[in-house]
Amino acid sequence: MGLAALAAAAFFVTGATPIDDSPLAGRDSDPAKGETVFIASGCASCHAAPDAKGDAKLILAGGQRFESDFGTFIAPNISPHPHAGIGSWTLGEFASAVKKGLSPEGQHYYPAFPYGSYLHMDDQDVVDLWAYWQTLPADATPSQPHEVGFPFNIRRSVGVWKLLYLDDSWVVQIADTPELERGRYLVEALAHCGECHTPRDALGGMNRANWLGGAPNPTGRGNIPSLRPADLTWEPTEIAYYLETGFTPDFDSAGGHMVAVIENFAKLPASDRQAVAAYLKALP
Amino acid sequence: MKKHLTFAVAFAALACGTAAYAQSDFSGQLKARQGQFRIMAINLGIIGDMAQGKSEYNAEAAQAAANTLVAVSMIQQAPMWPAGSDNMATEGTRAQPNIWEQNDDFLAKWGDFGTAAKAIQAAAAGGVEGLGPVMGQVGGACKACHDTYRAPAN
Repeated sequence: MGLAALAAAAFFVTGATPIDDSPLAGRDSDPAKGETVFIASGCASCHAAPDAKGDAKLILAGGQRFESDFGTFIAPNISPHPHAGIGSWTLGEFASAVKKGLSPEGQHYYPAFPYGSYLHMDDQDVVDLWAYWQTLPADATPSQPHEVGFPFNIRRSVGVWKLLYLDDSWVVQIADTPELERGRYLVEALAHCGECHTPRDALGGMNRANWLGGAPNPTGRGNIPSLRPADLTWEPTEIAYYLETGFTPDFDSAGGHMVAVIENFAKLPASDRQAVAAYLKALP
Repeated sequence: MKKHLTFAVAFAALACGTAAYAQSDFSGQLKARQGQFRIMAINLGIIGDMAQGKSEYNAEAAQAAANTLVAVSMIQQAPMWPAGSDNMATEGTRAQPNIWEQNDDFLAKWGDFGTAAKAIQAAAAGGVEGLGPVMGQVGGACKACHDTYRAPAN
């Protein structure tokens, strides 16, 4: 009897509560601002087809593979196609997905989708992003299932993970200039830098105590560097220049995953790159 | 008997020769190709520092650096990338095996560096404002190749 009650409680507690979408209602939307959110959030970098280039990256057909300790995740089709993609969703369902990691059917998404960072997004940005989404091309490529073995293929268990790890407070509590606020918003929310640059524990949760302290590369080779001030000793202008061009202060050139990141940062205003640099330098 | 001895000696010489060839290290080729990237970095730095305002713009110095980049882009790559000098087969390189598996694409990306270098060459003496965009172009060429063909640093 006690065990059944415990199981029922566990089932309830790991369940899916969709987002309260009343704050989203009745807002004007700006697809041009949505495009900036789209670029900063890196949606196309993961959800475009493998090897897509240029404008083809706006076709969010899915198919890229992301290896991890838990299996290989395959990015789904999130183009505005009504059947193969998310074209039939409402704004509320989109917000639930992005900020809470919940599907319209109430299933948990795996945190390979960085909703642990996106949960910090401003509601207006979500509204603008959804407006921009409607302008993207629809694609009929079917999504492929993830290659994730037992027990990680039990989506309900992600509910436990969410209880353990989702934290809607900022990591860096103090951001007392507009530039630092913007830098924090870009790093902790949209550009989700922490998802790669922060070490994780055995269950894959970010170790916020060592925020941006570096981590092994999930594909197994090499390390993702620490961005903390003791380790990243570049000047703010050098950080901003790297995010624009990929050139380090010694004029080595970035490779690997940072290429996609820099491609996005290069399209943002210079003030955004400077804000990220300022935030990194202000880390304790 | 003499014929067998000759044959045996000839065979032994061939075998030793083959073995010596298979064990040749690629340190010369590795130094050469890594050196070419260092020359690129030094000359990109001359122009990039001007573009960022870290150093005074100097048209002659910028032109000389750009001319050097074009000169590097004309270096024949094939002799420096012998089969077996990838990071799975030898030490001291970040060159991935796909350079050889997708060699046409690799050489095409090397060609893209040349195109970007010529753009810098055309803009170098025309004032500091023109340097930013062409540095961006060459940065894109560097990243495109490193994205696929260079292993992580550690």
